[in-house]
Amino acid sequence: MLSRITLVSSFLILAACSREAPVQSAAEANVATPAAEIADSTAVDAPAPANTESSGPVVVYSSRQEYLIKPLFDRFTEETGIEVQLQTGEDGPLIARLEAEGDATFADILYTVDAGNLWAAANKGLLQPLHSDVLEKNIPAHLRDPQGLWSGLSVRARTIVYSTERVDPAELSTYEALADPKWKGKLCLRTSKKVYNMSLVATMIDRIGVEATEEVVRGWVANLATRVFSSDNLLIQAIAAGQCDVGIVNTYYLGQEQQQNPEIPVKLFWANQEVSGVHVNISGAGITKYAHNVAGAAKLIEWLSTDEPQHMFSDLNLEYPANPAIEPIELVKSWGDFKHDTINVETAGRLQTEAVMLMDRADYR
Amino acid sequence: MPLSDQALPASSYQNRLLQALSLLLAACVSVPIIVIILQWGTLGSGEQVIWQHLFDTKLGRLALNTLILVFGVGAGVTLLGVSLAWLTSVCEFPGRRIFEWALMLPLAIPGYVMAFVFLGIFSYAGPVQTQLRSWFGVNSWFPDIQSPGAVILIFSLVLYPYVFLLARTAFLAQGRSTMDAARVLGLPPFAAFLRVVIPVARPAIVGGVALALMETLADFGAVSVFGYDTFTTAIYTSWSGLFNLTVAAQLASLLLLFVAVAMTLEQYGRKHQRYTQNERRKTSRSYQLRGGRAVAATLFCCLILLIAFVIPVTQLLVWVSNNFATDLDSRYVEFFLHTIGLAAMAAVTTAAIALLLALGKRMAASTGMRRWQQRAERIATLGYALPGSVLAVGIMLTFTWVDQLLASAFQMQAILVNSVVALLLAYVIRFLAVAHAPVESGLLGIKPSVIEAARSLGASPSRVLREVYVPMLKPGLFTALLIVFVDVMKEMPATLMVRPFGWDTLAVRVFQMTTEGQWERAALPALTLLLAGLIPVILLVKNSRFMPRGC
Repeated sequence: MLSRITLVSSFLILAACSREAPVQSAAEANVATPAAEIADSTAVDAPAPANTESSGPVVVYSSRQEYLIKPLFDRFTEETGIEVQLQTGEDGPLIARLEAEGDATFADILYTVDAGNLWAAANKGLLQPLHSDVLEKNIPAHLRDPQGLWSGLSVRARTIVYSTERVDPAELSTYEALADPKWKGKLCLRTSKKVYNMSLVATMIDRIGVEATEEVVRGWVANLATRVFSSDNLLIQAIAAGQCDVGIVNTYYLGQEQQQNPEIPVKLFWANQEVSGVHVNISGAGITKYAHNVAGAAKLIEWLSTDEPQHMFSDLNLEYPANPAIEPIELVKSWGDFKHDTINVETAGRLQTEAVMLMDRADYR
Repeated sequence: MPLSDQALPASSYQNRLLQALSLLLAACVSVPIIVIILQWGTLGSGEQVIWQHLFDTKLGRLALNTLILVFGVGAGVTLLGVSLAWLTSVCEFPGRRIFEWALMLPLAIPGYVMAFVFLGIFSYAGPVQTQLRSWFGVNSWFPDIQSPGAVILIFSLVLYPYVFLLARTAFLAQGRSTMDAARVLGLPPFAAFLRVVIPVARPAIVGGVALALMETLADFGAVSVFGYDTFTTAIYTSWSGLFNLTVAAQLASLLLLFVAVAMTLEQYGRKHQRYTQNERRKTSRSYQLRGGRAVAATLFCCLILLIAFVIPVTQLLVWVSNNFATDLDSRYVEFFLHTIGLAAMAAVTTAAIALLLALGKRMAASTGMRRWQQRAERIATLGYALPGSVLAVGIMLTFTWVDQLLASAFQMQAILVNSVVALLLAYVIRFLAVAHAPVESGLLGIKPSVIEAARSLGASPSRVLREVYVPMLKPGLFTALLIVFVDVMKEMPATLMVRPFGWDTLAVRVFQMTTEGQWERAALPALTLLLAGLIPVILLVKNSRFMPRGC
């Protein structure tokens, strides 16, 4: 079985790599299909006319964990008959693998969390553009790559959490304000090695400049109640237990804790509402430069932006749908509406190196 | 070292074949490691900026942290491993027969699992501290659970079995005869232990400590759970944070240099020493501990077993019981079979290659040849100190290159990348050092005089191989097989990157859960992994009784 798959995919690679069928033209041919097909919004879910030249499986390299996305792919296969092969791993190694494999790669799609990773892959020339009316209609522009190399598919908001027992939310305002000495010994942060914090700081650099950001980060470090945490869950539990009073987390981690313990004395505070808005990031995907099943890959990404899968993102991982027309599930809705930071998420990748160096200088570990 | 212990005449056809084969294998295994070292060829402006930044900000702190960890873990595993090995092999006290195998069990627990279990139990929000606060108030003192001491403790608990296993084999071979001889010559007990017993067992102990330290240096999982920054952390942030794999590889090769220097120094330190024992241990006389001493010995073993195995397993069981119903599905059979299958294949391949390398060196025809064999062997066994995903990148680059070469030369399809062969090779490279240690010490235990005797009695070279080397090496080989088996089961980063489609293992499953902070849901695969590891671990202990003397 396995060897047959290897054989088939190897054959496909050879086919895709042959000079008679340049990848770029295949992409262009494909782009026309969905554009013509989508006449009105109700047709979004309709199966595309069969693009018979490459009907093999779509191979996805993903740093999103299997239990979060496999159910989506199973639905896709049910609806379209197109198989999806999933290879999960960590961001860095997956991108390195994609790079090492070059034009012999198996992957049609790279699917990662955090725009920083997608930006890195795009920057290395590992992705090809997909110009799709479906995506342009379903996903807001600031969640997509300006050149169409990747698109966000779900949104995660990173904001402030506080102890309902020891903090009056009126004291809270912005991420920057957590550097105020009044929070000395009361702030908990996750490690700077997590890409979510790199992105948060990167967008702050874009907003208020390097110097001001460095001052903020130094203030955070001075306010830390304890060493940095390795996970947002632990951080939330620490606030609940009284180790610290405020912290910064992705909302779905609080959702997980609330599902376990509805009475947990920790709440979300929407940061920066008077100014830039809450820092949002994405999970998203792009078609690989040397994909052999471009049509299938495009179809899968487009499908993921439509109603049902968008609902499922919210269901499976308590994230926000990237498609603004879709409502999240009850628990997520109960946190209330908030203003997003609409800076293009690509900024997070562009300034990530600078952010990492800044955090190192500020001794944020 | 005398050269007269060759089973095969230097000129024989078989010997030359053996030499060539062993050098060739060493070269193959070394390629990905060399690919990583060659990254020094690229030192553009981007790399220089990052190096400057690392020097300016954190390299010093990370190097210091790493040294603290290395010395702490080195001391920890030596103290635990040697004391427990001595107690269970030469003394008699209540429970000894259970402890002699039970104390090996922590080997089945991956370091990253131990780390998240301990953090789950002892963190501020965990059950222990919560209970203490409810008794003694919110300001009750508790040691810093993320301190260097805690990290050293975790590593010592999961890694001491390497020292325990190898030291025990050596102590069993010594019996109490060395100790008795030293005592008769007038040394007080502790001095006799330090000055006679330990030096005789030194190669075995050092072998175990070296394995433990190389694993410590390569680790990223456990240290990242604790937020303890080491050299490996710098490797990862250069890669994932600063998007520069070249600097990551350069940092990794510095790590290798450090290991290589340390190993060379150790070899140099015992250059002119060779220990073999003379008589076979006749009786299993042991020191009968009585009264307070017996109680103390039993309590000590109990305590270690409790902390290193019973507590973490209990916590895993509690978590599993919460999530069992939702998480267990039929795919666990598949994860389990993949895990076992890969581990078995990797163990056989790795042990076979380790044997060939060791034999190749032993039978080198000349001093020059022997030196080549030695160098090749040293590079080939360095892979153990490389962080798994850095090694995986080296492998990926090599295999893609070979595949492309084959494709252009023979119009062949890609055969290496995304194949089980690739993954097996990754395991061989990563764990060759682990297999090498017991095979090598088994080989050292075969005294040159035995071979000379066999040869002078007219046994043909192939007969010597078949009837002397193979039977005498069997226990060492078996140990190599089992340790590699357990290590491969626990391996995560290289498996994640190199595995072919659909080859998810239990370790991969653990990763998928922990990476999203779902530690409780990681408990099921972690516990399954641990259970699967128990059988080889128990076999390992049983086997250690039959290891050759003098290793």
